Amino acid sequence: MAYPTDRKYTKDHEWIRVSGDTADVGITDYAQRQLGDVVYVDLPDVGRHISAGESFGSIESVKAVSELFAPMSGEVVEVNPRLKDHPEAVNSEPHESWMVKVRLSEPGAGEPLLDAAAYEALVKE
Amino acid sequence: MADTSVAELRKTPLHARHRASNARMVPFAGWDMPVEYSGITAEHMAVRTRAGLFDVSHMGQIEVAGKNAAAAVDRLICSDASALSIGQAKYSGLLTPDGTFVDDVLVYRMAPFHFLFVANASNVKKDFGWITEQIRTVGDAAAVDSSTRYALLALQGPASREVLQPLTGVDLSEIRPYWFANGEVANARATISRTGYSGEDGFEIFVPPNMADKVWQAVLESGRSADVIPCGLGARDTLRLEAAMRLYGNDIDESTSVLEAGLEWTVAWSKTEFIGRDRLAEQRAQGVTRTLVGLEMMDRGIARHGYPVVRDDRPVGVVTSGTQTPFLKKAIAMAYVPPELAVTGAEIDVDIRGRASKARVVPLPFYKRRRG
Repeated sequence: MAYPTDRKYTKDHEWIRVSGDTADVGITDYAQRQLGDVVYVDLPDVGRHISAGESFGSIESVKAVSELFAPMSGEVVEVNPRLKDHPEAVNSEPHESWMVKVRLSEPGAGEPLLDAAAYEALVKE
Repeated sequence: MADTSVAELRKTPLHARHRASNARMVPFAGWDMPVEYSGITAEHMAVRTRAGLFDVSHMGQIEVAGKNAAAAVDRLICSDASALSIGQAKYSGLLTPDGTFVDDVLVYRMAPFHFLFVANASNVKKDFGWITEQIRTVGDAAAVDSSTRYALLALQGPASREVLQPLTGVDLSEIRPYWFANGEVANARATISRTGYSGEDGFEIFVPPNMADKVWQAVLESGRSADVIPCGLGARDTLRLEAAMRLYGNDIDESTSVLEAGLEWTVAWSKTEFIGRDRLAEQRAQGVTRTLVGLEMMDRGIARHGYPVVRDDRPVGVVTSGTQTPFLKKAIAMAYVPPELAVTGAEIDVDIRGRASKARVVPLPFYKRRRG
């Protein structure tokens, strides 16, 4: 699966797509393949402030639980309602399955981000 | 996630096949093993509805032979070895003097004076040392670690018999559950055992390592029209958990007794002597202080190995295995709890990473196949 160039990536295998002062956050195709079949996505409540590097939720697959780390700081303004009943969408459409929308408190700050080519090189190692 | 330690991992005779088939590999008990081929859910469902093929060559084989072999095995395990017929197998505990598990094993009676243990990969060395030491006083009996002489394939699922039958002259309908026969599969010398670790009908097939790939391919080819697929350790774990089969290192170990683990049915109390008997008899008289139960989660979340079981904000036990089951489609677990909570319907909490999640005690197994 190709890594879209309209967004950035983290070394923790999340993607972040910024538009204006908000950002969508999800996990990458590589991440979902490592996890295997996803059965729960545990997301924060709307209104919660999350800080860059902080764990803000978790993803459970049949065999393991994995934490979600915030790539940037901000306030959660929306969580993807579809993932509650269709967590498997994370496996089938990882790059469409955003998990949270965050209003960024410091756009431009946060974890170091990779572009699609750099991320692809990272997971090919 | 880097594969830095792969070089030190052992490889089964089917390793190249797994790699070539793009299976996802993980280190397991010192082996580089496939955890999934097409996905745990798909593989799990294949075994429940059709059949799946597993490479379980990492399992160890230890053989005990000699004129006093039956007496030796009777000392080692809590079940009645002497009562086994030639061609019969039994699930049993290889016990410490405390009545806890050195290992849990399948014991096969190959010949009047010849038994074979199938042991967990992580325990083979320990088991062999223990067995050798413990049978020293028994007389004419010797143990051999013959793990490298066998590749072991497991074909599991309701379609297993029809898939395997065209490949062998052995009449599979004649092999009852927990019995086995010697013969050939795809022209390879084979021991065919009607056993498994999935809660489904199926066969475990012992073949010479150099024939493993040929047999693997032949079984998949024979199963093509029935959509039989290769499966990994991930589905093996979710399948065995639905069937409430214990996993060494998770549900049982050297600190848990046969009675606590709910495996008293393996104990032949009629035997006047076996390692661990005295302690188990004592425990039976006094009652156990904890017991393994089934849990079904009522709140969202999966209880996993090591998570505390809580009642009225006090830790009262521990989860030993847990998953979201692909077939029953709910979160299930096994846990040790005090006997007073080991009652169907009892409600407890599981501490899931700091959050108390409700669960209730349900009977084991979670899944039982319909016998036809």
